[in-house]
Amino acid sequence: MRSLEQTTREILELATTHFKAVPGSLKAEDDFYKKLEIDSLQALELLSRLENHFHIELPDYEVQGVSDFKTLAERVQARL
Amino acid sequence: MLDLSKYSSIGGAVRDALDTWPGEVCLYESDRGEEKQRITYREFKERALPLAKWLQDSGFRPGDRASIIMTNQSKWLISAYAIFFCGGVLVPLDYKLKPEEQWTLLKHSGASILITEYAIWRQLSTSAGRAEAVAVKTVLVTEVPANSDLASATSWESAGGTGHPTFVPRKREDLACIVYSSGTGGTPKGCMMTHGNYLEQCVALTSLYPFWPGVKYLSILPTNHAIDFMVGFFGPFTCGAAVVHLRTLRPEFVREAFPKYQITYVSLVPLVLKNLQKGLQARFDELPAAKRRLFESLRTINKALTRNRPLLPLSRLLLKQVHAAFGGKLEALIVGGAFTEPQTLQFFYDLGIPVANGYGLTEAGTAVTVNDLRPFRADTVGKPLPGMEVRILNPDADGIGQVGVRSKTVMAGYLNEPELTAQTIVDGWLMTGDMGRFDATGHLQLFGRKKNMIVTEEGKNVYAEDVEQAFEGLPVKEYCVFAGNYIWPSRSMVGEQLILVIHLEPGQAFTEELRKEISARNSRLINYKRIHGFVLYNDDFPLTASLKIIRVALAERLRKLNREQAVLPV
Repeated sequence: MRSLEQTTREILELATTHFKAVPGSLKAEDDFYKKLEIDSLQALELLSRLENHFHIELPDYEVQGVSDFKTLAERVQARL
Repeated sequence: MLDLSKYSSIGGAVRDALDTWPGEVCLYESDRGEEKQRITYREFKERALPLAKWLQDSGFRPGDRASIIMTNQSKWLISAYAIFFCGGVLVPLDYKLKPEEQWTLLKHSGASILITEYAIWRQLSTSAGRAEAVAVKTVLVTEVPANSDLASATSWESAGGTGHPTFVPRKREDLACIVYSSGTGGTPKGCMMTHGNYLEQCVALTSLYPFWPGVKYLSILPTNHAIDFMVGFFGPFTCGAAVVHLRTLRPEFVREAFPKYQITYVSLVPLVLKNLQKGLQARFDELPAAKRRLFESLRTINKALTRNRPLLPLSRLLLKQVHAAFGGKLEALIVGGAFTEPQTLQFFYDLGIPVANGYGLTEAGTAVTVNDLRPFRADTVGKPLPGMEVRILNPDADGIGQVGVRSKTVMAGYLNEPELTAQTIVDGWLMTGDMGRFDATGHLQLFGRKKNMIVTEEGKNVYAEDVEQAFEGLPVKEYCVFAGNYIWPSRSMVGEQLILVIHLEPGQAFTEELRKEISARNSRLINYKRIHGFVLYNDDFPLTASLKIIRVALAERLRKLNREQAVLPV
């Protein structure tokens, strides 16, 4: 099973690709709304990418109020 | 449609609807593109009545309050009907609030029963706020996984009483719902809505945008929101129509639902509408040059032909592929919850998709004005609905003044707040706090607010005072949060922002450490509640004798500052 660190790293890579961010510019503690300048709908798009990548179901509610990659990784990790 | 003039309560009308269209589907539920269930009116009744019986057996009495905190799904509506059947008062709360905020409102509402989902209950049950809401005696939780800890709650699915429940009639003036328009941090504003409010609103709305058996309404806005409660529950149910629920609101599944269910109506907030616009525009941009030219020609023809009124069959023929993407049966996009930019509305109307944009507020029983599309006016929020008296109070030289509303749909008042109610409803007129003007053709145009609040593109009302507690203990002499447009009126309702005003201690310097502290606290707020910038103010705040900030006076002083220079980025 993946470690939390590995999960976090993969989420950062997925977000970098999906939102065309500068490689290496995203950090675990970053607020993704602020850093990527995205709205709540774009954040939901990322969830679908995460579900496909990690082969999990992540209910919208689970990530309600989550705005940093670290917490997002913890929510994903709990479902692995 | 049922003749609502014959009914005195929501429960009575829905009860007859269930017997009028027993074989019609009333609910579709889909999760990640897969349909999980469809329920007829008969099946809805068969599921709701045992719950009503269970509630009555548990001691739930007429006038008692029960809250629902759930995502959009069939059990939300079934539970609501069971509550109304028992003569109860529904307290619909936003599932997107934080658990402690939900407990604050539960406590304020006096709800004795809470109906929620397992994922939400997991967070609520461990929140410290639970200890304060002592009136909540019974908790029903849906979709509990096997072997899960219910934390003293009861499984919703097991809450079925045997025998027939007793239908409790209500009068039009009786309380039906307590709907919170704000107040998780400051004074909770629980709008007391009567059965008469909803019955009148339903008649007014369906006169312009009717429902009928076979109509499918896509429910996206949270059902606790006044708009979805009306057009995603009460409206369609009194007409034999169906509601489609999606368990995830990710854009790809929302887009997929339109053709799959051949949706007739949907209500959207500006944020979602703009997202749809962006997706469509990207597809238009990808068209090969020749096809693009053809498309543009057809759009121009459609625009010319629909200048005076929508011609849906013609538009569906001219712009076949666009309409096919929406299922080919879409009658209108209902846009509400926040102000929408005219160019976004016009984009859809030019494609032959009628856009029912309007203006409303919870206190007025949802919609006050709606565009009647004859002709479509993207620059206005339409004309008053039947039964609505709308006036511009104390207009200035440009005809702009506060919008006042008088109608049978206006709330009875704010729960436990007689003074606030008296300030808000004056001589029968609801003071909306919004600034507007009627044009020569009777269409209402909006020009900013008098209230210290913002409305986001997601349709969220955020009162400045509610955000203040996030900065409690900030190491400064005093601070206050304002809506930027409250200090500097801009006659605009887009791009509204919250601003933190700080007064440092004598001799205190503004350090990088303090900036980081502000930024960190701001980040902990849910994204739509965050402040946009801050102002360093050098004078003492005006205070009352009880040391409360006099916001009106402080805003007047701040108005003398130049906004561009004074507001610093967080």
